[in-house]
Amino acid sequence: MKKIKKFKNVEELKKAIEQQEASRQQEKKKKVIVVSSGTCGQARGSLKVIEALKKALREEGLKDQVMIRITGCHGFCEAEPNIIIYPDRIFYQKLTPADVRTIVKETLVEGRVVEKFLHRDPLTRERAWYENEIPFYQKQKRIVLGDNVFVNPTSLMEYLAIGGFRPFIKALTRMKPEEIIQTVKQSGLRGRGGAGFPTGLKWEATRRSPGEPKYIICNGDEGDPGAYMDRSVLEGNPYRVLEGMLIGALAMGAREGYLYVRDEYPLAVRHVTLALDQLYKAGLLGEKILGTDFSFDLHIAKGAGAFVCGEETALIASIEGRVGEPRQRPPFPAQKGLWKKPTCINNVETWANIPLIILNGADWFSGIGTSSSKGTKIFSLVGKINNTGLVEVPMGITLREIIYDIGGGIPEGKAFKAVQTGGPSGGCLPASLLDQIIDYESLTAAGSIMGSGGMIVMDEKTCMVDVAKYFLNFLRDESCGKCISCREGTHRMWEIVRDITEGLGKPGDLELLEELALATREASMCGLGQTAANPVLSTLRYFRDEYEAHIYERRCPAGVCKSLIRYAIIPEKCTGCEACKRACPTGAIQGTRKDVHLILYDKCIKCGACLEACRFEAIEAQRDEAITIVKEVKP
Amino acid sequence: MSVHQTINLDTLQEIVERHGYNKNKLIAILQDIQAVYHYLPAEALKTLSKLLKIPLIDIISVATFYRAFSLTPKGRHVATVCMGTACHVRGAPKILEEFERQLNLRRGETTEDGEWSLETVACLGCCAIGPVVVVDGDYHAHTSIRKVPTILGKYRK
Amino acid sequence: MITMKMNGMEVKAEEGWTVLETAKFYGLEIPTLCHHEGLTPYGACRLCLVEIGEGPKARLVSSCTYPAEEGLVVHTDTRRVVQARRMMIELMLSVAPNSRVIQDLASKFGVTRMRFKIRNEECILCGLCVRMCAEQMDGKAIGFQNRGYQRKISTPFDIRSEECRLCGGCMYICPACQLRCQGPQAETAICNACLTMDPTCLDFYDELQCWMYDAGRCGTCVREKKS
Repeated sequence: MKKIKKFKNVEELKKAIEQQEASRQQEKKKKVIVVSSGTCGQARGSLKVIEALKKALREEGLKDQVMIRITGCHGFCEAEPNIIIYPDRIFYQKLTPADVRTIVKETLVEGRVVEKFLHRDPLTRERAWYENEIPFYQKQKRIVLGDNVFVNPTSLMEYLAIGGFRPFIKALTRMKPEEIIQTVKQSGLRGRGGAGFPTGLKWEATRRSPGEPKYIICNGDEGDPGAYMDRSVLEGNPYRVLEGMLIGALAMGAREGYLYVRDEYPLAVRHVTLALDQLYKAGLLGEKILGTDFSFDLHIAKGAGAFVCGEETALIASIEGRVGEPRQRPPFPAQKGLWKKPTCINNVETWANIPLIILNGADWFSGIGTSSSKGTKIFSLVGKINNTGLVEVPMGITLREIIYDIGGGIPEGKAFKAVQTGGPSGGCLPASLLDQIIDYESLTAAGSIMGSGGMIVMDEKTCMVDVAKYFLNFLRDESCGKCISCREGTHRMWEIVRDITEGLGKPGDLELLEELALATREASMCGLGQTAANPVLSTLRYFRDEYEAHIYERRCPAGVCKSLIRYAIIPEKCTGCEACKRACPTGAIQGTRKDVHLILYDKCIKCGACLEACRFEAIEAQRDEAITIVKEVKP
Repeated sequence: MSVHQTINLDTLQEIVERHGYNKNKLIAILQDIQAVYHYLPAEALKTLSKLLKIPLIDIISVATFYRAFSLTPKGRHVATVCMGTACHVRGAPKILEEFERQLNLRRGETTEDGEWSLETVACLGCCAIGPVVVVDGDYHAHTSIRKVPTILGKYRK
Repeated sequence: MITMKMNGMEVKAEEGWTVLETAKFYGLEIPTLCHHEGLTPYGACRLCLVEIGEGPKARLVSSCTYPAEEGLVVHTDTRRVVQARRMMIELMLSVAPNSRVIQDLASKFGVTRMRFKIRNEECILCGLCVRMCAEQMDGKAIGFQNRGYQRKISTPFDIRSEECRLCGGCMYICPACQLRCQGPQAETAICNACLTMDPTCLDFYDELQCWMYDAGRCGTCVREKKS
C-alpha cells in the first residue's frame, strides 16, 4: 500500500481529489473487473475467485491491461460471488474459481459474453447481460450504497477519486455551523436507526446545549436479526460514514467522537480501523485538521454483543464501560450524554447520508420520498425471497414493488404470507397490506415500524405463532432485565406462546397475551420494552386464525410446530428412491428400492431431514392425529 | 474441565497498561483478555479488579451481561449457529438441533473432552446465505440438516 | 420553581425534584416498591407509574425517575395507570407469591387472580439490596448478573464475597424476604382476605385520595356523594 502523505491545507486535499478524479477518468479506457467481496462474498469464496482471476490474467498476459478492483458488498447477495466488467458493466454471478478462466478467455480475450454466468430473472427466466438490466437494480435508487461498486474500501485515494471529501471541504470552507444544521433540517433527514427522529433537530439541540466538550457517536450496533445494511456500508464505504461524522462535528462543535461497531462484524471492524488510521495519517483527523482551527478525534468502540445497546442511553453506558442498561430520558443525550456531556448519536446510514446532503443540497434530498419521510432507505430483503440482498429504495415505494419487482417474488412458486419489518421491535404485515407505501408513519399505523430496515419475507410454510415465539425468545434474552414489565412481560408472553406451539394452549390464552402485551408496552422504560409487544400484537391482529388453529384444533397450519405435526409419506408421490431413508438419522424410514416408503412414528424424532432430502414433495407435515382437540367452544 | 490455562500476570498487566489503567475501557480490556484465553478466567478477573481498582462485582456484572464474554472455557473447536430471523425461517432451529444431536451437547455447552463448544448468535448479518454456521471462523453457507455431519467431519481429523 | 399540573391541580416543584417527590410533597399517594429514600431511584418495579402528557401523546412513565419539568401534565390515578400497575403486581406475585409486601399490594389493588405459572423465586429483582449494599453500606458485595430473564442478584461466582461484612443491610431492606401475613387464607397464593373486610374509611374520599385506588369500589364514598 502506498504511504499516505499528510494534507497540510485545503488546497493540497483539493489537488489530490482532482488528481485522483483525473486518473479515474483515465481508468475508463481500461477494462476493470469489480469483484464484490464483503462478508457474504467472502463466505461464498470471493477471495478464491480473486486469486484465480489474478492468475488467469497473468497467464493471458493481460495483467497490465485489466485492473481488478476489490470492493465491499454490492447488495445483490443472492448472486455472490459476482463480478462486473467495466466499461460494459457485464455482470457475471455465482462464480467459482474454475469459471474464471473461461471468463477471462472468452470475454476479455475474445470479447464474447458467457451466457451461463449471466443473471437470470427468477420470474421471467430472461437473462440480463449488463448490471443495469437486472430487475433487482432497476427500481432502486442507490444514493448511499451505489458507490460501494466504485471504491476499494481500504484505500482513501479511491474514495477521493469519486469526489470524496468534497462535501467536507464545502462544509469547512464555505458554510457556518448553523448553515450546515439548517441544511440538514431542511433536507428532512430522519434517523435511520428506527425511531425516525429528525436529524437536524437532534443536531441543533446538541449544539445549543450548554456544556463542553460535546461528543458525537455513530451507532453501528446493528442488533436486529435480519438487518445488515450498516455492516455493508461500514465494510464497503467506511470513508463516507467518517466524512459524515466530520461534518457533524463541525456543525455541532464536537471535539471527540466514537464509532460503535458490532464485534460480530470482523470485516467491518477491520475496514473502519484501517480507514480511521488513514485519516489520521492524512491529517483529516486529529489536531488542526487541514491547518484550520478545527480539531476532531475519533475512537472505535467494539460492541460486546447486546441488542439493547442499540438504545442510545444503553450505548452510552456501554462506551463508558458499564452494563448496557438504558436510563430514564429526560435528560436526553443531547443534554446529558456521554460522561454527562451533550452527545449526538446517529445511525450509520444517517451519517452516510450527510455528505450527500451537504454536496447536493437540501432540496435535492427532500425531492426524494414522501411528504413526511425524505430520501431513501436501505432494506435488507431476506428470508423466503428469490433475490436476497440489500435494496435501497426511495421512501414511498410499496411493499409489493420491493417484494415482487425487486425481490423477484417467492421461491419455488410458494404463496406469500407475511413480511416482517423492523426486527424484534416491528411487526408482521400480511398480503392485504402489500400495496402499503413505506414511510415511517404508515408502517407505524399498520402495527409495525421502519426500524433499521430488516425485511424478512415469509411464505406459506412459515408458522406465524412460531415467528412470534422466535421474537419473544430473542427479546426475553436481550432485555436488560431491569424493568419487571419487560423482563417478566417478555418471558411470560414467551411462555404462553410456547405452550400454544406445543399443543398446550387453552381458551383465554390469547386474551391474556393481549393484556400482557399492552402492559409491557405501557409500563416499560425504554424502546426495547415499549416495542417488545409488536411481534405478538401484529401477528394476533393479522393471523389470529393461526393462533386459534393451534389452540382449538391442535393444528399447525404451516406444519412447523413440532409437537403438533408428524411427517408422513404420500404414497402417490413416493418414487421409492431411498433418499429419505438414507437421510434419516434414526432409521425410522422403511422400504425397499422402488417401493413406497413408510415412516415409523415411534422412531421418528421429527428432525425434518427426510423432508429436506425428498425431491418429489412426497413427504408432508400432517396434523398429528394422536393429539386430542380441545373440547371447549371457541369464544 | 480438562482445558486449563494458568494465568500469566504479565499478559494481564500488559493489556491493562495498553488501555492506560482506564476504568472506562473495561469492556475493551475484557475483550482483549477473552482474545488471549478464549474465556474470562476467574483469577484474571480478580486480578483485574485489583489492577483497575473497581469492585469485582462490577466486572462480573459486565462480563455476564454481554454475550461476547464467557466465564467458562470454550472447546478447541467452536461451532456457532446463526439464529437470525432470516436463518430461522429457513430452518436454523432444525440445524441447531442436529448439531446438538451430533455433538451430544446443548447450546452454550462444551464437550467434556474440551473438543467442541456449541454456540448460537443472534445474527451474523449475512442473511442471504442462510442458514449460516460458523466453525472456527469459517462461514458455511446454505447449511442443511444433511450437511451437518460433513461440516463437523472437516474439523474432526 | 417548576410549575406543573397534577391531577388537575397546579403544583410547584423545586429544581431537581422527581415527579414522585412532588406528588409526595402534595400528599398524593403513589405506590412504590423499589423506591427508598436514601437510595438512588432505579425504576425497576414500575409500580409508581403515572400518566404524563395529554391526548394521543399521553404515556406512562415511572415517577421515581422522571424529573419534574415545567408545564408537565401528570395524572397519578387514571384507569390506564391502575391497569398497568395491576399487571405489574400480578407479574411480581407470580415470582414471589410469599412476599407480604406484594400480597398487600395485591389486596390493595384488587388483584384477585394470577394467571401465570408460579415460579417462586422469592426475588423480584427490585435492586434495593444492591443499592443498599453499595450506597449505604459501602459494600459492593452483591450485584446484578446476566441479563433478561436470566438476570439474578448474587455475589461474584456465587460464593461469599470478600467485600461482604455480613451487615445484613440487604436482608433488612428486602421486600420479598418478609413473611406474608398469616391471615385467614394464608395457604392460597392470592389471599385477598383483607378485601372482604369492612371498609375502614367512612369519610368522603375523592379520586385523589382514596386509599383503595379504585374510587367507589367499596361503596363508602358513593353513599356520601348521594346524601
